[in-house]
Amino acid sequence: MRAIITVLGKDNMGIIYNVTKIVSSYSVNILDISQTIMNNDIFAMIMLVDTAKMQGEFKDLAADLQAYGDGAGYAIHVQREDVFNAMHTI
Amino acid sequence: MTKLAHSDILETIHMVDDQHLDVRTITMGISLLDCVGDDINTVCRRVYDKITGKAANLVKCGEDIELEYGIPIVNKRISVTPISLLANPFTPDDCVKLAITLDKAAMATGVNFLGGFSALVHKGYTKGDRALIAAIPEALAQTERVCSSVNIGTTKAGMNMDAVREMGQVIKQLAEKTADRAGFGCAKLVVFCNAPEDNPFMAGAFHGVGEPETVINVGVSGPGVVKYALEKVKGADFGTVSETIKKTAFKVTRMGQLVAQEASRRLNTEFGIVDLSLAPTPAVGDSVATILEEMGLECCGTHGTTAALALLNDAVKKGGVMATSYVGGLSGAFIPVSEDAGMIAAAEKGVLTLDKLEAMTCVCSVGLDMIVVPGDTTAATVSAIIADEAAIGMINQKTTAVRLIPAPGKKVGDMVEFGGLLGSGPVQPVHQESSEEFVARGGRIPAPIHSLRN
Repeated sequence: MRAIITVLGKDNMGIIYNVTKIVSSYSVNILDISQTIMNNDIFAMIMLVDTAKMQGEFKDLAADLQAYGDGAGYAIHVQREDVFNAMHTI
Repeated sequence: MTKLAHSDILETIHMVDDQHLDVRTITMGISLLDCVGDDINTVCRRVYDKITGKAANLVKCGEDIELEYGIPIVNKRISVTPISLLANPFTPDDCVKLAITLDKAAMATGVNFLGGFSALVHKGYTKGDRALIAAIPEALAQTERVCSSVNIGTTKAGMNMDAVREMGQVIKQLAEKTADRAGFGCAKLVVFCNAPEDNPFMAGAFHGVGEPETVINVGVSGPGVVKYALEKVKGADFGTVSETIKKTAFKVTRMGQLVAQEASRRLNTEFGIVDLSLAPTPAVGDSVATILEEMGLECCGTHGTTAALALLNDAVKKGGVMATSYVGGLSGAFIPVSEDAGMIAAAEKGVLTLDKLEAMTCVCSVGLDMIVVPGDTTAATVSAIIADEAAIGMINQKTTAVRLIPAPGKKVGDMVEFGGLLGSGPVQPVHQESSEEFVARGGRIPAPIHSLRN
């Protein structure tokens, strides 16, 4: 299963490091990362990950990412890729 | 990386976080036909066991999908076979026992509403229908999560005016029995014409006799998303408005289809339908009224409102129909006054009146929904309002419904608070002239000529 992790917030040092650290602790493989700065100062990182060999529960990964995001001032979502495909492709 | 554009991914996130995009309900339909029996206690036990067995994992499944897909699923609900079909051997008191059993089953499974304390009497009453309808006031007063509906007319059968008269009385009795909560019980009772058998939305959901043993039906939402999309085409012509709504409805419905398929797979239950609806909530920014206002109306209810709603309703269907393999339920924009912040405001100003709402129901889904009327409104007037609304449904071959709350002790201008998704509503005026003699006639209004299609 593939999932998409999105991180939105103010750009700060260490964001990629901290998110990848959490993700790798669940043995989730990162397939691709891209980032952009929107509207001058909103940092948006989009990460495509493969959860096939995941150790642990999806809900715990989501909770850990959210907890980090809440503390650091980011909105972090992890969602199955299917939802985006369903909504944006025919 | 992926064939998805970043802008698409961020659009979805934005829709959920800022525009109230959600799946409004996953509703599991459960047939109770195999629970029939002559002994009320046996039937109650069978009903409880069947519901709690079939829906044991419904709420957890909904929560899991919500988490994995990042899409809120606001309600997990159950609809059951119209209980009147089980009620032939029973008294109204027995039917109340059945309602209490349904309530317990709803609590045990964790769903917030269970629909199907229902009867279909469009052509006449069975013994079970009589017992069940007589039990409605007590049953809904004694339960929290049970919803009830009565179908009093169809295009094929015409309108049962005896049932129309009785439902006016039932609504009044129910309001009195729940007077301590401003007649809240009436929010759980819908009177239908042309009731659909696969509707996932409350309070009118029931599991029709043409349905499979169990089924998953999903209702989508998204007024906030449509409103936001229209903000970007300010001043454009109606062709553009329609296209914009269609594209948005397509995306929203595709998400509903995905959730429906996933839920039915995980619950090992047939996928029934997706209901293409715009269902508002009292939250600011999740209002159908503000979509109409975004089209250029100063206030929902003013001249132009019916046309705006007609366009909206049609474009939602056109966009949604390609996004799902099976469409059903009510499918259209809902206009429940107390559940829509924009409608509440328009009604408070006196711009959105009962008569205008009736006109609006000619071109959209459902009918006169969640409207609070004065406590001294007579049963005959309530019946006459039901008759008017049912006539619109019967003649236009569409579903119409009435969910009125004659709030005891309340007068025009008072606000009535229901809480949660049911919101709050201003008490709206009704005509004072009597409909007593009209309602007293009884009998049936024959089916219209265009029902003869064979």
